[in-house]
Amino acid sequence: MTDLFSSFNYGVIIILMMLGLYVVFAARNLIKRLVGLSVFQTSVFLFYISLGKVSGGQPPILVDSRGLEKTDHAASPIVQVAASDDIAAIHSLHHVEAVLYSNPLPHVLILTAIVVGVATLAIGLALTVRIREVYGSIEEDVIDRLDYQYNLEGAGE
Amino acid sequence: MNEHGILRVVSKLLIPFIAIFAFYVQFHGDYGPGGGFQAGVILAASVILYALIFGLEAAKSAVPPSWVRFGMAMGVFLYGGTGVATWLLGGEFLNYSVFTPDHPSHGQHYGILLVELGVLLAVASVMLAIFYAFGSRPVNHPGED
Amino acid sequence: MDILSLLPPWLLTHGVALLVVLPLLAGAAMAVIPRERIAWTITFMVMLICMLCALTLALQVIDQGRLSYKMGGWEPPYGIEYVVDALSAPVLLLISAMAVICLFYASPSVKAEVEPKKRAAFYGAFLICAAGLLGMVVTGDAFNVFVFLEVSSISTYVLVAMGHSRDRRALRAAYDYLILGSIGATFFVIGIGFLYMETGTLNMADMSNILDGLDGGSRVAQVGFAFIVIGLGLKLAMFPLHMWLPGAYAHAPSFVTIFLASTATKAALYLLLRFAFTIFDLSFDYVVTILSQFVLVLAVVGMVFASIQAIFQTDVRRVLAFSSIAQVGYILLGLSFLTLSGLTASYVHLINHAFIKGGLFLAVGAMWYRFGITRVADFRGLSKTMPWTMSAFTISGLSLIGVPLTAGFVSKLQLATAAWERGYGWAVGVILFSSILALVYIGRILRVAYFETPPQINGVEVLKNEAPLIMLIPMWILAILSIVIGINAGWVVDAAGRAAELLIPTQMIGRGL
Repeated sequence: MTDLFSSFNYGVIIILMMLGLYVVFAARNLIKRLVGLSVFQTSVFLFYISLGKVSGGQPPILVDSRGLEKTDHAASPIVQVAASDDIAAIHSLHHVEAVLYSNPLPHVLILTAIVVGVATLAIGLALTVRIREVYGSIEEDVIDRLDYQYNLEGAGE
Repeated sequence: MNEHGILRVVSKLLIPFIAIFAFYVQFHGDYGPGGGFQAGVILAASVILYALIFGLEAAKSAVPPSWVRFGMAMGVFLYGGTGVATWLLGGEFLNYSVFTPDHPSHGQHYGILLVELGVLLAVASVMLAIFYAFGSRPVNHPGED
Repeated sequence: MDILSLLPPWLLTHGVALLVVLPLLAGAAMAVIPRERIAWTITFMVMLICMLCALTLALQVIDQGRLSYKMGGWEPPYGIEYVVDALSAPVLLLISAMAVICLFYASPSVKAEVEPKKRAAFYGAFLICAAGLLGMVVTGDAFNVFVFLEVSSISTYVLVAMGHSRDRRALRAAYDYLILGSIGATFFVIGIGFLYMETGTLNMADMSNILDGLDGGSRVAQVGFAFIVIGLGLKLAMFPLHMWLPGAYAHAPSFVTIFLASTATKAALYLLLRFAFTIFDLSFDYVVTILSQFVLVLAVVGMVFASIQAIFQTDVRRVLAFSSIAQVGYILLGLSFLTLSGLTASYVHLINHAFIKGGLFLAVGAMWYRFGITRVADFRGLSKTMPWTMSAFTISGLSLIGVPLTAGFVSKLQLATAAWERGYGWAVGVILFSSILALVYIGRILRVAYFETPPQINGVEVLKNEAPLIMLIPMWILAILSIVIGINAGWVVDAAGRAAELLIPTQMIGRGL
């Protein structure tokens, strides 16, 4: 039972993912399909956020402002690498009390993915607006019928 | 003209604070959660709220679409320009440490400030551009409903 | 290398990043450039610089092997690393060279097909698309691949939709592409998530090392691999996942179709090679199973089924689009042999097909430019009305079929040899059968063009109306390239051989056979 609860977020993610995919393929309305796509993408955002969770980990925010310069270096190994010029200085730093942080990297990654999702949705909606203006409908059945007629008439062109 | 009086008054009061909060998120992003993406969206939201309450034309006269276009390009250029500057100073692309060679971590601070400013400008402009693009399409509904 | 010593040292160290940064920044600049002429000039200059840059990188790779660039000065396992090696250098050169060749053609073609107000933005979207494709190939960071994949895809949706002033079905095609493309990219990013879960790193080289240490036992990595293959399969139009491709190719502006057909699926194929053979490798049983059974079957079915579908299309661009799906089948077939010769054949065909299909779509675009035709029936007498265009089409078409002395023959011969060595005699038969189908669908077009008289308008036969010189030059460059490769394929096969050696290191040869 505890297993079930400790990984219930993955269950939610899978349900959302399947719902989203189902809507994308089952719906015949252009907007509804975009909604499905967004749900599907959002489930992936949740998946990444779940990845970053370290059990018992704190939010990866620097709380201690004393000696910011020092903790700054010690808290993130990445800064050490970047500022490789003073790597010797870092080695000489005193031991700083270790704090368990959740992994912030997936959050950063998913920020990018969210932006990508917004861009995709914006383009999808823009296309839907244009389709509506040209065809007068956002139902795929109507659009397919119009395209079929257009194909037949196009033969005479 | 005077309909939605409450909305008008409240949004007039709120919009400056939303914009200021955007800048708080932007600049405090150096020490806590925040940064250009979030700040850009909040800043754009303040203008979008204005447009929703006072009309698209009013928003367009406050923040003209030509500024928005310029902002999109400028944001990317601030970001890219920072990278080009680090190139000219002899480092790798976006290696901010070269700004202050004798104290690399200061250079990192300056660099990320510039880059985040670029992100703020680009995100806010793009959000507004999307809103303007959708909002200013002529309303003509051929066919049903 | 002598040439390398002549180049500025700055280009040698920073060229890797310049390749992506330059088109990306120029693309953003298009938002404020109103004039079409200026936009075209900047685009052309930028892509020319990118091509020279890719050429330099290719020479450097031959000289020094793997090149690595630390983005922002962060050391590789932590920061984003850009990598150029024998596998990616030819693809980079291919993408940037095809962009330059297409751009010659762009100025008349875009004028005819895109609304005046949108032309500067069109070039902006094209630059961003090119930057995304180059970025996908050059980056050594798994998540960065996703970002560039989406950068190129999103700009591609815009480019396809720009065809709406010529053909309103472009909107619908762009929408379908958007839905399927986003699902593909999302599957890919789920796969990356699983890999990150398992390895705790995003750097490809690091990931590969950590996965090797797992001894093939990780189910998480296995699931990740499955997601990545499906996601990339959608992007590269692997047979049952190809539904977006015919619409997108048939209704986009000609210029976009040419560029997409010759580069977009190729960049995705490159990623599949990169993920399947260098991040994962043949020491994992599930990789061997998926590639040598699953992909093999799909490749063969795709080669035959898509070719048959191509025969029954009425629109030439749809014929060529279905043919592209069949050609992806050839490339996947070579990949699924899991041998050095198979991968070499695959890689040769990847390069050759870009030239061949680029040439064909260039010719079809010129015919639309002059006569507004894309239907097979309307090709009547084109050999008389557009002789130069039609002969370029014929050369590229014969190359697609695989007639000796053309590039297509070289890659099909390689593929057939590889199949024979692998012990798949039946695969040689499938390749032959699919080539006969190609003969039918290309032959059908050629028959109409050569053996029927030009149509008559009001009782007067249509006069000769050749495409402008600026359109003829790029299609003849590709047609001649096709013949040059057909006569002397040494350089392409060498490049492919180096790439294949990188994909299957010596100790892996014979795994999974």
